[in-house]
Amino acid sequence: MSETLLETKGLKKYFKTGAGTLHAVDDISIRVTKGETLGVVGESGCGKTTLGRVVLRLLEPTAGQVFFEGNDILRCKPREMKKIRRDMQIIFQDPYSSLNPRMTVRDLIAEPLIVNKVCSKSEIDDRVYSIMNTVGLSYRMVNMYPHEMDGGRRQRIGIGRALVLNPKFIVCDEPISALDVSIQAQILNLLMDLRDEYGYSYMFITHDLSVVKHISDNILVMYMGRSVEYAPSDELFKEQYHPYTKALLNAIPKPTLESRNMSLEILRGEVSSPIDPEPGCRFAPRCPYVRQDCIGEDIPFIEVKANHFVACRLAQEGKCLS
Amino acid sequence: MIKSANKTNELLRIENLSVEYRTDEAVFHAVNNVSLEIGRGETLGLVGETGAGKTTLALSIIRLLPKDIGFVTAGKICFNEQDIVKIPEAEMHQLRGSKISMIFQDPMTSLHPLMTVDEQIAEVLHAHKRLTKEETSNRVDEILQLVGIQPSRKKEYPHQFSGGMKQRVVIAMALACEPQLLIADEPTTALDVTIQAQVLAMMNSLKQKLQTSMIMITHDLGIVAMICDKVAIMYSGEIIEKGTVEDIYIRDKHHPYTVGLFGSIPDLTKKTRRLSPIDGLMPDSSDLPPGCKFHDRCPHARDICRKQVPSVYTNGTHSIKCHLFTVGTEG
Repeated sequence: MSETLLETKGLKKYFKTGAGTLHAVDDISIRVTKGETLGVVGESGCGKTTLGRVVLRLLEPTAGQVFFEGNDILRCKPREMKKIRRDMQIIFQDPYSSLNPRMTVRDLIAEPLIVNKVCSKSEIDDRVYSIMNTVGLSYRMVNMYPHEMDGGRRQRIGIGRALVLNPKFIVCDEPISALDVSIQAQILNLLMDLRDEYGYSYMFITHDLSVVKHISDNILVMYMGRSVEYAPSDELFKEQYHPYTKALLNAIPKPTLESRNMSLEILRGEVSSPIDPEPGCRFAPRCPYVRQDCIGEDIPFIEVKANHFVACRLAQEGKCLS
Repeated sequence: MIKSANKTNELLRIENLSVEYRTDEAVFHAVNNVSLEIGRGETLGLVGETGAGKTTLALSIIRLLPKDIGFVTAGKICFNEQDIVKIPEAEMHQLRGSKISMIFQDPMTSLHPLMTVDEQIAEVLHAHKRLTKEETSNRVDEILQLVGIQPSRKKEYPHQFSGGMKQRVVIAMALACEPQLLIADEPTTALDVTIQAQVLAMMNSLKQKLQTSMIMITHDLGIVAMICDKVAIMYSGEIIEKGTVEDIYIRDKHHPYTVGLFGSIPDLTKKTRRLSPIDGLMPDSSDLPPGCKFHDRCPHARDICRKQVPSVYTNGTHSIKCHLFTVGTEG
């Protein structure tokens, strides 16, 4: 049985707005084991980025618990938190806004080392070069500024910065969405190679299902702050129980001519407001299979097959959609 | 409005077009000797990555290159048999928005935040047609319904709409005068995948209804497979491969860059351990290398590739600009 590295229980993050309470993350319970990559998938507003931030305590949760290596990190004092943070890192989506434009590559990668006082001054340069080599940045770039480099290289800096403290767990928040297709592939390969070599655990957040399939062991599908389906990666692509998961898969344009003349089942409508949502399934307004018992009462996230969880009335009755 | 009768089915023909950007630092050769043709009702997918020259090509067609910086230095753009590169601005102004329309990538910044949706669509109509207030109002309602927005929302402002709805408004504005050619620059990149599916389906059905020709600029080979009839692949300002959608997706001869593009996409149907991306980056357009622009990233590069620009190999509708297909099998 693989060791649990990160666990959340009933995690919630609500924001108070003028119009009401925004339920960004609403009752998420997940587990990431050592060496595992958990893909978190969903579209705009599903709460996946907020989840990534809350799990690292970059945002304070509204309710629920987060355990890292068995420690309840929400009870940790700032000094303890600082130590734990060495093991929990993040790679941000935007390689343009996540790097301080006034710091060189060296400054950016060295900063975590300096702040955490993990090595002597003389060792810093060696560590920086080592990391640059690991992420595929040429040494001659060491004194360059982010604006002098393209998106792919900037993202490599972001990755290097996340790795320099040799963490155990990394939240990758849409790390390749802002990059060109061929660069995306390069960075994705890099992240996978690093994981294989150093044993990192990832929470890989993305809206891109093809990418998440490639890199994840298990996948969580989120919709409006809630978990709707969870399964091992290969399994999820073969068998979907939740109508939203099925719609998400169907919506991806495939690079072959076969599906060209078939009419795709297009999901109608848009995401409803996450402010003060009514109890019941949040996908109901758009669901082609909606029934009376889908609204009025929240639907539990239950295990319908080994390690396959779904929050859907249909699934509760054992109906699989694919 | 009388549409002129054309002898051929050809709507747009670009011949040997080159476009430069001249700045204080350098001259950027953004488009180099590009030729392509689009017939009536056809959709051309213009594929390539950042810096390939797709947007520059689009802006050249609709003559929206940045003033005093972007210049067409060679070639012709024949729209309905007329070369529009040099026509007076007043004449181009007549075409722009009514015969040739464009939609841009980010719907958030394409719409005026202080004008209602009604006002913005009406603005396009007033620029090109003489309509009474009532006729304008009816046409706005008609167009909104066509793109799937309730006409009752026309007095709302852009910020009151979601990203997908905003893009529909932008599409409505672009189609208001029933243009013959619509240029769509990555129209769904900023949208969620389920909303993208809705918008693409809508564009497809509109295209069929109105018989509009379309240039769909995208890097997404899935979108191209779904809605395009023809494809042109751009690299470093040149078209390195073009053909029908069957030529590109089914035939087996391809430019190495095309092979690389397809190899970069994670496949939902197969389990591949690693992706096969293309190493390196596109060359700087202010400092283009001699010979084939792809040679330093090409796994099949030979001596001749570094020295000589490849000529074009043609097989029916399919053409590839690569020495692999035009040079004999020497070492």
